[in-house]
Parts: sequence; C-alpha cells; structure tokens
Amino acid sequence: MRFQARVEVQLRPGIADPEGATIERALPALGFEGVEHVRAGRSFSFEVSAPDEASARTKATELADRLLANPVIEQSRLELQALGS
Amino acid sequence: MPPRIGVVVFPGSNCEYDVVQAADWLGAEGELLWHGASSVGSVDAVVLPGGFAHGDYLRPGALARFSPIMDAVTSFAQQGGPVVGICNGFQVLTEAGLLPGALQKNNQLRFLCQPTLVRVTSTTSVLTGLANEGDELLIPINHFSGSYVCDDDTLHQLEDEGRVVLRYVDNPNGSVGDIAGIANEAGNVVGLMPHPERASHPLLGSEDGLVLLRSLLDVAGAAAAA
Repeated sequence: MRFQARVEVQLRPGIADPEGATIERALPALGFEGVEHVRAGRSFSFEVSAPDEASARTKATELADRLLANPVIEQSRLELQALGS
Repeated sequence: MPPRIGVVVFPGSNCEYDVVQAADWLGAEGELLWHGASSVGSVDAVVLPGGFAHGDYLRPGALARFSPIMDAVTSFAQQGGPVVGICNGFQVLTEAGLLPGALQKNNQLRFLCQPTLVRVTSTTSVLTGLANEGDELLIPINHFSGSYVCDDDTLHQLEDEGRVVLRYVDNPNGSVGDIAGIANEAGNVVGLMPHPERASHPLLGSEDGLVLLRSLLDVAGAAAAA
C-alpha cells in the first residue's frame, strides 16, 4: 500500500523561536491585531510504501525523528493518508 | 614527524584551507579529507571546518552527519582521537550526537560576522590545554545559527564537569550560559562557534586563536610521536 505522509516540524514549547517572534512583531504594522503566540515551523510531504498503515506510520515517524526534526529542540507531527492504488 | 591534521571537506565547506594554512604556520601538516571517504587515514587530529555543509539544507549539520566519513570520525573520536568542530563543524558534531545540545538561529535573527571576545573557562579539553582559565581571546564569529541550546540537566552537567570551554564575554547570539564552545566527557571532542583559524596571524588582526590551535597540535603531536 502507498500512503501520503505530511510531517510538520516545530520547535518544542519553551524553546525560543526568534522567527515566530519576528513575524509576530511585524503583524501590527500590517494591521493584524489580536494575533499571538506565533510559532514558525516547516512541513514536509512524501509518499511511503508499506504493507499496512501501522508500518507506514513507524517508518515515517522514524524518518521524522532521525532526520526531519532534531529531537533536542524540535518536535514533529505526522499525518498519514492512504493513497488509492 | 610533524602532526597531521585531517580537515574534512563537505560539499559547501569553505574554511578548510584557512585551517590547513594555520596548521602549516604552526609547523603541522594539514590534509584535506573528502566527506565521501570511509576512513580518516593516519591523521593525528580531525577538524570539521566552517562553511555550509550540504548547503545547510534542512538544518546546519543535519545532512553532513550522514556523510560517509562521519562513521570514521566517530570511531576516531571514540578511540580518544582529538576532534574539533569549528562553527559549521560544531553544528555537525551536535547533529551527529558527538556533543550534546543543538545550535539554533541567533536570537536576533542576524547573521553575525565580527571579532568577538571569548573567555577560556576550562583547560581540560584538547583545544584549551595550553591556555589559562580566564584568558580572554579576540576571535571572529561568522554564523547565523550559533545560539547554543540544551536542556537544564545537560547545562548543569556541562558546567559541573568543566566542559564549557569557552564563553562569550558579551553574549552576541543568545546562547544559554553564554556558551561559545563545549567539550565531550573525555575532553577530546570540542565544538566552538568562533573561528580560531581566522585569528592566527597579525595580518588577520588577531593571533588569539593560536593558543587554541597550538593546544590541538600539542595533543596531535603527542599522538604522532607515540
């Protein structure tokens, strides 16, 4: 089976995010009021072939933790969707 | 036999020749090691130089860590061989797990390229053996992701074990504990953001990096003589 994976990587809560903070500071100048707690991150998408959803999830999670995110400062969130064959 | 310093060249490294030149001025022999090699050969020390290994894609050091030579560098380090990562090299060492913590974007999101005063805070590492605790050295920094970050337990451990080897006198990037350089438990693996090779000749405006490079060559020389 094939699965579409999307991995979102963000800095862990508590780790300073200078990018998010800078974006947040720029918002009032553009007229956006009442927007808070901006956090920047990155998103990755890829397709995984695996016998079932559980093993696709294991593979994608390992990939995210070993490469896409640095677990020392970042956390990742995985979304998986089966692709029609 | 002069000590041989292996300087790893990743695609995107750009300080390798500066390190080789500085080693040469100090009477050592610098040797470039391609990142695709599976061995570090018979060098007495390894330097991971500054630059943008693999374009710094994903995160600085994230892809360099998987370069073939990193297995050899890791075994060299595990056998006690001196390994120093400068700037991007420091980022590679943390990504590879040879040093704890991580290097984050500078807190003001500015690329910093300036002479910076750092204080020697431990002399038990291969990079600071000939320095004195409290020495203040003027050495350039040149980085965007140089803000050292680690959890509180790691920070306490680094401080209690004397593994913070250099601290900024005036913290330029938001590093926890003003950390500019750290060592592993054994002191043979060191990472630092400042560039000692860029403070190695009067023409460069400072020679303060020499004491660090001499310390490394001293350890490498002892290995070469053994």
